[in-house]
Amino acid sequence: MRFVARRLGLFLVTLWAALTINFLIPRLMPGNEATAVLSHFRGVNPAALHALQVEFGVNANENVLLSYVQYLGNCLTGQFGLDAARVPVMSVILQGLPWTLALVGVTTVIAFVAGTLLGVVGAWRRGGSLDSILSPLLFILTTFPVFFIALLLLFVFGVILGWFPLSSNYSLGATPSLSLDFAWDVLSHAVLPGVTLVVATAGGWIYTMRNNMVTTLEEDYVKMARAKGLSSWRIMFDYSARNAILPNLTGFAMQLGFVLGGSILVEYTFSYPGLGYLFFTGTTNHDLPLQEALFLFYTLAVLVCVLVADFATAWLDPRTRDA
Amino acid sequence: MTVPMSRPSTAPSAAAARGYRDAGARLGRAILRNRKATIGLGLLVVITFVALFPGLVAPDDPQAAIYGQQLGPSADHLLGTTQVGEDVFSQLIWGTRLTLIITVAVGALTTLISVLVGVTAAYVGGVADRSLSLLTDIFLIIPTLPLLIVLSSYLEGSGTIAIIAVLVVTGWAFGARQLRAQGLTLRTRAYLEAARVRGETSPYIILVEILPNMISLVVASFLGSAVYTVATAAGLQFLGLGNGSEMTWGTMLHFAQQNGAIESGNALWALAPGAAVALLGTSFALLNYAFDEIGNPALRRTRRRRAGAA
Repeated sequence: MRFVARRLGLFLVTLWAALTINFLIPRLMPGNEATAVLSHFRGVNPAALHALQVEFGVNANENVLLSYVQYLGNCLTGQFGLDAARVPVMSVILQGLPWTLALVGVTTVIAFVAGTLLGVVGAWRRGGSLDSILSPLLFILTTFPVFFIALLLLFVFGVILGWFPLSSNYSLGATPSLSLDFAWDVLSHAVLPGVTLVVATAGGWIYTMRNNMVTTLEEDYVKMARAKGLSSWRIMFDYSARNAILPNLTGFAMQLGFVLGGSILVEYTFSYPGLGYLFFTGTTNHDLPLQEALFLFYTLAVLVCVLVADFATAWLDPRTRDA
Repeated sequence: MTVPMSRPSTAPSAAAARGYRDAGARLGRAILRNRKATIGLGLLVVITFVALFPGLVAPDDPQAAIYGQQLGPSADHLLGTTQVGEDVFSQLIWGTRLTLIITVAVGALTTLISVLVGVTAAYVGGVADRSLSLLTDIFLIIPTLPLLIVLSSYLEGSGTIAIIAVLVVTGWAFGARQLRAQGLTLRTRAYLEAARVRGETSPYIILVEILPNMISLVVASFLGSAVYTVATAAGLQFLGLGNGSEMTWGTMLHFAQQNGAIESGNALWALAPGAAVALLGTSFALLNYAFDEIGNPALRRTRRRRAGAA
């Protein structure tokens, strides 16, 4: 119970910290974003200007404490207001959400499963042919910046070979429908961004899983299992991998922050209209409501995953419950 | 022991220097014995040379728009020219310096903060530890790149200092957590107990007794931070959140992307700085992997056991 309370406590404190950072940055940093937004509305009548000022919280003599409380309330009830183009932020986000959710979700699962399996097998046959291919490959996978992988794939498979489209989520003329043609169109647009994310993230899974396996394979209970004459398959998965995977589970949540960050760069490179692209354009256009809502969304997504991963780890490994 | 009577309390700086020198010598030997470390160090030496003397490699002015526009690669322009007629190769060479400065500065400053926060938390304990650990956890969870993008969008065009500052503010937590964990295991060692009984002050114990024994983790923390910084700084500049008038590999990437270099047959303009970023990251990563092997005997043994395992 104490464990649950502690984890929930961290969840709430971090959420509060993220909300506060979100609130403070526009007010503390040089170059007020709200005034930048208002500069788009030059020439509107004074009453309308005043209404906008109130909405963006740029009132010169605003009560900071009061707007902070209001802001917290709005965030908790999901009222994010209108973006710079006067469209409700919520509907803008809901438009981009499915694209990013599918892209990040599918690629994360593929990278996790493939990376973990490769790590297990690589550690099992240390120095074997797979392991010796894996090691140099790891350098490439983990140290090449996401955007460089994106540019390389774009150049090789998009420009030179022409196998996949260069940008966007579906062809310009295509109308969204449930037809096979459209599904294929969407899929072919998602391949390059998706492969980029898998390539960029799988390395981390292979690396930690391999190293954890190397450690657990040395444990006495594995020696015991070998002595009993159990099959390699059982020792590999039921004895060793089962214990080695725990740090990877905890890492899953941390990794999500990295993947979401990577998805911003990938969506920018491929002009893929998901949340990352929205966040990037919103932030650089000083569209404060959109930026605030998406930053909160990113933080919340990571926080929820951290919480789930913590509970999963505690459920699987009783030793961590005291931590 | 050749100097049995030297009391650390009478000459703290000499003792500290000796501690660090011994640790440094051990580290040097370990680097030379490890193949990955040697390659990484070699790459880094070459890149540092280019950063120090770019004029020897590329005599052209990187910002002189005096050539044909969007030229392909040729003997005159190894990597072609930009949309306004600058030589891409010269930009790549001259961009090395600022890229390396940002990487090393962020690596050093984040490591400094990590050490301060991590070791202090571990050594002092109690409420200080709990609040510093909470702060570390918060910074670990909040997604870094979105936060960086928000921060940078306010500092648009403010240049090197600003990008170093935001990367340091968002990047210290991981190292702090590792250093705290290591500090906790050292805390109960007998020699620290002895130092406390001698009546040494906390700063003395941390600097002279604890840090020399953590030096390999401090170096690993610097290297890890450098790997992360190379990619993240370039990523921010690639998005256009750096200062476009400053010559770095990241800003080159931004202008290449803005002008559709990949699609319009001038791919080297974008791929060359991208490869340079990857190479710099790889050189730090090779050193970092090598340190992992040096620090974790289980990983080191693998090579010798190859015949038996396969």
